[in-house]
Amino acid sequence: MSWFEKLIPPRIKRGDSSRSKSIPEGLWSKCEGCESVLYRSDLDSNLGVCPKCGHHHRLRARRRLDQLLDPEGRVEIGAEVTPVDALKFKDSRKYPDRLSAAAADTGEADAMVVMRGAIKTVPVVVACFEFEFLGGSMGSVVGERFVRGARAAFEERLPFICITASGGARMQEGLLSLMQMAKTTASITRLAERRLPFITLLTDPTMGGVSASFAFMGDVVVAEPNALIGFAGPRVIEQTVREKLPEGFQRAEFLLEKGAIDLIVDRRELRDRLAVLLAMLNRQPADVVVG
Amino acid sequence: MKTTFLDFETAISELEEKIDQLRFVQDDPAVDISDEIKRLEAKSQSLTKDLYAKLSPWQIAQVARHPQRPYTLDYASLMFTDFHELHGDRNYADDKAIVGGLARFNGQACVVIGHQKGRDTKEKIARNFGMPRPEGYRKAMRLMKLAEKFALPVFTFVDTPGAYPGIGAEERGQSEAIGHSIYLMSELKTPIISTIIGEGGSGGALAIAVADRVLMLQYSTYSVISPEGCASILWKSAEKAADAAETMGITAARLKSLELVDKVVDEPIGGAHRDHRAMAATLKRALADALRELEALSPSELVEQRYQKLMSYGRYKEKAA
Repeated sequence: MSWFEKLIPPRIKRGDSSRSKSIPEGLWSKCEGCESVLYRSDLDSNLGVCPKCGHHHRLRARRRLDQLLDPEGRVEIGAEVTPVDALKFKDSRKYPDRLSAAAADTGEADAMVVMRGAIKTVPVVVACFEFEFLGGSMGSVVGERFVRGARAAFEERLPFICITASGGARMQEGLLSLMQMAKTTASITRLAERRLPFITLLTDPTMGGVSASFAFMGDVVVAEPNALIGFAGPRVIEQTVREKLPEGFQRAEFLLEKGAIDLIVDRRELRDRLAVLLAMLNRQPADVVVG
Repeated sequence: MKTTFLDFETAISELEEKIDQLRFVQDDPAVDISDEIKRLEAKSQSLTKDLYAKLSPWQIAQVARHPQRPYTLDYASLMFTDFHELHGDRNYADDKAIVGGLARFNGQACVVIGHQKGRDTKEKIARNFGMPRPEGYRKAMRLMKLAEKFALPVFTFVDTPGAYPGIGAEERGQSEAIGHSIYLMSELKTPIISTIIGEGGSGGALAIAVADRVLMLQYSTYSVISPEGCASILWKSAEKAADAAETMGITAARLKSLELVDKVVDEPIGGAHRDHRAMAATLKRALADALRELEALSPSELVEQRYQKLMSYGRYKEKAA
């Protein structure tokens, strides 16, 4: 800490940081990449990508689906599945209290939204993580909704896409949440039997139990620019190896370089790229992609 | 080998020390204290039995990590014959935190795979404290495919604090390796029986524990994150590990009641580390029973049953649509 910072009373400092966090709520928005001050509407119309530096801001699940899917014919899958507190889990707060707080904040019942719809008229089922709901953590509801999505894809012979944004497994569901890794991953094996494409889109962040289950099992594994993707969190690794992590470690570009993912796609080109890839994996002619 | 006692076993350790002293004295033919020794031994035994009957989850976690607990290679020699260790992932390295190979189980050829911790400092380091890197999981997958090709059953033994969180492990795709192993096991067309023998630490454990039958030793643990890790995230203090262990439900009995494991295998009085042979004998019977049930199924029935079992995991409520 510099001499100057020491002079500032702590209360003023705290006030400052909370104000900067509240900026995105208003008319203006500060880019988390380049810190440019942007019109919120400009950022929104650019799909949450900074028009100045290209930084991809995190998206809420429904907004993401809204951007990706054609407006017509969307049907939600698995919304009937909602969480329970099977372990009577209690840390500093009870799990049901955390759940209701997260539900009040996000308007979602859990950390995943699944929808059947189409991308440029190519029909798909898309499962999307809601990171704002308890860090997108995967518990029983996420697992079950994912599986219902995969099952719908299987039965209707549609491709399945999963968009990840998750800190990993949900601790408050103990081993039940670890088992969701096996449950979700196993459901994907069925799609392979029918030659139905499974595509994963890894967004910021994709860590732990989500990263280490179906995330890399996509027939095509796509990532968004600069997304943090990995098994262990950077802090855990730093504590374990006691050395500074290399520049860009666990970022999408790093993973591409290491051969871990197929491609990085700019969000503004995502609809086009996914529709074209799906049509090819579906063995359909190029003109099925419309719009 | 002298038993290493845990913090909560002070009473037993003091008694055992006394017994040792008496045994030393007994070498003197002038005094006969054999009755006294027998009495104290019986007392030690009943003290151990009482203590182990009501261990807390956190104490069980200590037993699961006991430095003298039998490891995969101990079981490989005590329950199997003709164990031939096979090495390497054919790509990068031989990860010594996972061992595997061909062996015979009651005369029948099979594949054995398991995490392996080290006994002394040198071996602990060589085996990275039982924390595999991606090549360990890739070796395991290679051996599972070998088992499938030759229609051999697979026995896995789980005992790891977790997959290794290191720079190289991330660079070589730790996530992909674990996810791929889970994928492969969920559709492998041969019987898989997994036993949690010590610590079942998170994804690094699950990566070799997707099975037709999951057994857990009485004092082993299986959890989504270590109690210390959970405490430091949710309580912001690793000191709360005992509370975390309690609430997470990491013990065999609790997980059996949640239907996440199929069978709890009793350990000798005072834990598996007190008697490797007795533990191996009990586990061997349980494995033989499990294998007999699975061999009655065709490969496609087996995979279907395993699939349905995996799909049943989870607790949620459902509104009528």
